[in-house]
Amino acid sequence: MLENAWIIPLIPAASFFLILFIGKHLPRKGSELGVAAVGIAFVLALATNVQWFSHVDDGGHEGEPRGEEVVEGGEHGLGAAVSVDGESAQAGAFTETVAGARGAESAEEGEALDEAESEHAVEPVERSWTWFQNGGVDIEVGMLLDGPAVVMLFVVTLVSLLVHVYSTDYVAGDRRYTHFFAFLSLFTASMLGLVMAKSTLQLIVCWELVGVCSFVLIGHWWEEKANSDAALKAFITNRVGDIGLLVGIITLYFAAGQTFDIVEINTLALNGGISQTALLVAACALIAAVMSKSGQFILHTWLPDAMAGPTPVSALIHAATMVVAGIFLVGRLYGVFFEGLSIGTSSVNLLAVVGGVTVIGGAGLAFVQDDIKKVLAYSTVSQLGYMVMALGIGAWTAAFFHLFTHAFFKACLFLGSGSVSHAVHSFDMRRDMGGLRKWMPHTYKTFIIGTAALVGIFPFAGFWSKDEILAGASQLGGEGNYTAFMIVGIVGALMTAAYMTRVIYLIFFGEYRGHGHPHESGPRITVPLWILAVLGVTAGFANIPSALAPDSLALRFEHFYEPRGDYFPIENFTHPEFSLGIALGATVIGLVGIGAAYLWYWRGLGPHGISERSAVAGTGYRVLVNKYYFDHLYTDVIAGGVKGPIARAAYWINQNVIDGVVNGAGRLSTALGRFVYTHVDQQVVDGAVNRSATAANSSGQVLRQLTSGKVQQYGALLFGAAAVFAGAIILFV
Amino acid sequence: MDDLLLNQFLLLGAILFGIGVYGVIARKNTVLVLMSIELILNAVNINLIAFGAMHGDIAGAVFALFVIAVAAAEVGVGLAMVLIIYRNRSSVDLDDVDTMRG
Repeated sequence: MLENAWIIPLIPAASFFLILFIGKHLPRKGSELGVAAVGIAFVLALATNVQWFSHVDDGGHEGEPRGEEVVEGGEHGLGAAVSVDGESAQAGAFTETVAGARGAESAEEGEALDEAESEHAVEPVERSWTWFQNGGVDIEVGMLLDGPAVVMLFVVTLVSLLVHVYSTDYVAGDRRYTHFFAFLSLFTASMLGLVMAKSTLQLIVCWELVGVCSFVLIGHWWEEKANSDAALKAFITNRVGDIGLLVGIITLYFAAGQTFDIVEINTLALNGGISQTALLVAACALIAAVMSKSGQFILHTWLPDAMAGPTPVSALIHAATMVVAGIFLVGRLYGVFFEGLSIGTSSVNLLAVVGGVTVIGGAGLAFVQDDIKKVLAYSTVSQLGYMVMALGIGAWTAAFFHLFTHAFFKACLFLGSGSVSHAVHSFDMRRDMGGLRKWMPHTYKTFIIGTAALVGIFPFAGFWSKDEILAGASQLGGEGNYTAFMIVGIVGALMTAAYMTRVIYLIFFGEYRGHGHPHESGPRITVPLWILAVLGVTAGFANIPSALAPDSLALRFEHFYEPRGDYFPIENFTHPEFSLGIALGATVIGLVGIGAAYLWYWRGLGPHGISERSAVAGTGYRVLVNKYYFDHLYTDVIAGGVKGPIARAAYWINQNVIDGVVNGAGRLSTALGRFVYTHVDQQVVDGAVNRSATAANSSGQVLRQLTSGKVQQYGALLFGAAAVFAGAIILFV
Repeated sequence: MDDLLLNQFLLLGAILFGIGVYGVIARKNTVLVLMSIELILNAVNINLIAFGAMHGDIAGAVFALFVIAVAAAEVGVGLAMVLIIYRNRSSVDLDDVDTMRG
């Protein structure tokens, strides 16, 4: 299965074409094809995961306890009914092989975990095919299957499957229903291709493909101008970052001796085969791509606008999967970033700063939004900031772990918001919602669970992953550590708690402010919600710190999914230890945020209306409402400031250069034509014709004298000529 | 036949030829022009026979006989044409027959 995992992206790709061509003629308008294809892909991804676990363990230590199996297996059993058969069969087979050896090996395993360096390398599974040859260089496409790819396979297929099921209800009756499912399939295929890409070139292709799908799906209801504007904004903003991606990839291509191979690039970057300068340049260029794709400040502005798309799209693309492509890119080329930015030994670097700024900036904006999806969008921006920050401080596993848990609880929140809007036909929390907990119990409970996971309440998923990032910030890095980023993370957690409590209050508490009678959504919406909610509770146990659990259960995520080999940093690369102080502190901070918001909204305490009374608070409020004026900066200052002079310059060039050239050419050809007419045509050509006629005429006039018609004259000429010839013969012969 | 006698025949032929040419070019009467052509032909005949006699060759005389035969036919055709021209124009003046004038 591991060698054949490349089939997984091809299944939804095939489904894309099938839906496009025959979807409309099917009884369910093509949605059944999409659901089936992604369902199969999910089962195969599960099988790949299971085999990957044994691959990791077979490499050196046989009989690895199957702690991850227990947790993951439990989740899947609860989660996806489709998958139970395939999964349990796989897991069952696995159990047989390892059960006997289990007890004896656990002591050894503990030692091995303590010395991460001495742990055996896990070879990634690779397959490649030559795509084309150019100038003696083989351009290859292929599959690079290692920890991060495997975990992303699981996340993408699971969330995609749930979103597919959810969409069959949510977009039912839409005029472009078939089209919607076709592009969901294409997106799934591209995203799976992206996570399994072997070469950076292939990564770019898939990166652009997911961007196109995002564009198409944001603009799904393009009849409204706001939606098509949002789609264009997403696409164009991503183009800005893509320049960085191209520059970075090309820099790495030449720096690594003309190769696109990710493993080779990472290996060379880590063993000193590429100069520090080249790595720094490439890393900085790639950060631009991360900023645009993963919604980091200052290129985050497209992500909230992207909420114009249908809610399932927001959950799948703009919360759980596509926006983490930037995180994945950094994690994929981590050797480049680690060496280029000296992550292991410094205490501040560009990647961490971008992430840190985004954590706070995104969270601040979430406070003033009344559109439920925009709050969640800024929350996503903020959480992606956590991941980028974690990568920036060297906590690779923490970043991917947070990616893993965030995908579930944020998808849960988004789908929950879709369920709410399905009931009240609006996204405006202030005007059309309130008190919905009475009518929508399932949505309410799952939303609460998702929020708890996002805020990081023990023992929900977000608690474990966020704690690991904070612990990383306090322990990793060089002199003085990344302490500043720990503070940023804690402040972000406080803000997250407060704005999510505000959302809960506005949607589910107080008086209902909308019209009509809201109702709970159907099972195709609530079942995915519950599956994601359960994952939001349990996903965090995938990487329980070793201090809190027996060795056989602790740090399974790190053990299975963190790459171990030449292409992943070892020198200066450490894992943070669990710290009770930070865990408690973060939880207390989260509770403080919740408490403050509770007092503010439920009890009406605090300085309400301060933004009207105080100039400082008013200014701050306006800055937030205007989203730090980034949109003004881009559209008015940069675009507006640039387009005027450019338009004038273009006009001047148009008038003077281009028109000049055109007019000059016109005038030149007129003059040339006149010259040709008077001189060549009239004189040479006509002259030749006329003169030949004249010459013929005059020669005829001369010759007609001879043809007098008088026979005797002819006779005289005849005899004269004969006489001349005779004379000539007599004289000369 | 000695050279002196040959010269006399050639001289006679030349004179006859000159008279014939003069008649062809200068006379206006078509019948006279035909007759002048006969003179030219006969001048040639004298030459042919004279040279044939000098070489003792019968071919010269045979040629002369052919020429006489052809000349008879030619005069027959020519006089017929003259007769038709006369009927059409009531004239045999060559200067009037210039339909081919360019």
